[in-house]
Amino acid sequence: MPATAVVDIRHLSCALGGRSVLRDISLRVEEGETVVLLGRSGSGKTTLLKVVNGLATPSAGEVWFEGRPAEGWDPIQLRRRMGYVIQDAGLFPHWTVADNVGLVPRLESWPPQKVAERVEFLLNAVGLAPAEFGARYPRQLSGGQKQRVGIARALAADPPLLLLDEPFAALDPITRFELQRQFLALRRTVRKAALFVTHDVREALMMATRVALLRDGALDLVLTPAEFLAARTAEAKAFLASLEENWRPDEQPPRI
Amino acid sequence: MNSRLASEIFSLTLEHLELVLITLAIAAAVAIPAAVLLARHAAARRWVLGFANIAQTIPSLALFGFLLPLPFIGGIGKRTAIIALCLYALLPILRNTLTGIRGVDAAVRESAVAMGMTRRQILWLVELPLAVPSIVAGLRIAAVTTIGTATIAAFIGAGGLGVFIVRGIAMMDKPQILAGAVPAAAMALVADEALEWIERRLSPA
Repeated sequence: MPATAVVDIRHLSCALGGRSVLRDISLRVEEGETVVLLGRSGSGKTTLLKVVNGLATPSAGEVWFEGRPAEGWDPIQLRRRMGYVIQDAGLFPHWTVADNVGLVPRLESWPPQKVAERVEFLLNAVGLAPAEFGARYPRQLSGGQKQRVGIARALAADPPLLLLDEPFAALDPITRFELQRQFLALRRTVRKAALFVTHDVREALMMATRVALLRDGALDLVLTPAEFLAARTAEAKAFLASLEENWRPDEQPPRI
Repeated sequence: MNSRLASEIFSLTLEHLELVLITLAIAAAVAIPAAVLLARHAAARRWVLGFANIAQTIPSLALFGFLLPLPFIGGIGKRTAIIALCLYALLPILRNTLTGIRGVDAAVRESAVAMGMTRRQILWLVELPLAVPSIVAGLRIAAVTTIGTATIAAFIGAGGLGVFIVRGIAMMDKPQILAGAVPAAAMALVADEALEWIERRLSPA
């Protein structure tokens, strides 16, 4: 009997507005693991994340969280056990950085002193000096800084699971690379399970302990990054082709 | 004579202000909670906004006339005037509150849900605070129109600065008209500026 997975997705299907978005997905995420959901736009990866978070309802199958079916959880409690990071951070514009990061601990009625300590620790952990950034408002931050705050906020109540929906997609390449590296460093210190959605195969290979490739709402394959590089399904090859294409300006443009 | 006029201006200004404040308080107490409910119900929203829009198109003098013969809400005096003024004040507050709540960024609302906030927490901690500048903008429009419309309420015995105007028109006495019109206009300008200042102060961005 293997250790209980943080998330165990069992034969999950989901239809939104009469259209089948997810078909018979089974996937386990263990502690300390980052499973990257890789797929084209419309492949269902964001929907899968929303089902896990209870933002969308499955039409068949079930999600188990920490050894219990998700229906057995109070949805509010369930969500507070998951950190959620989205593309443009979704920070609350009327709250300071510190207020944003401290949200879930405050909802969980932590004593103010403990919330303040946690916020300071997390801002340091994501590379933002608390003294400089704690009192700022989201509008006073760059895109990369917002995303750092988003990650700190997701980690705030020390949830066992992180859900990340293309968290770095809107950033410029240099900032994106910085945040990717920081996330990897952070993962070594805080052992969390993570479901990470991206359409960027390079990011998938960098962040993943396992890559789950989605195609038209079904799992194409689930492999380690090393195995993925040798994968032979049509969809995997399509993604790998975009990786191999190292076109330089002094060469002829690639023929399509 | 002059000091009598001054003291009458003063007392009628106070009376006018009282009419306006009562009207705004009632209209806000009705329109803001209504907007919170309507923000989640698209079908009801269309009906209520439609009704408020129609109420807005009724000429105010005609509305006062319609209300006069009605039992309970009608009759000569302040009560009828306040009911009519409320009908006009509802729409701007209702519509602005709705705009404010529905204008909250979808990503912000989604992350509020995803972080495990209850519906009530989302309303009180996220949606209403973000809607406050828009709500104040609605109050500002309502305040300015109510100050103006309330002068007409003197025709049905509601008192206020309209008393000068009604009397001035009847006696063809221009200074009397001005004694009502100038303070009313000044009150509208002050209210507009003050609420605009509050609106700016409360804007997060």
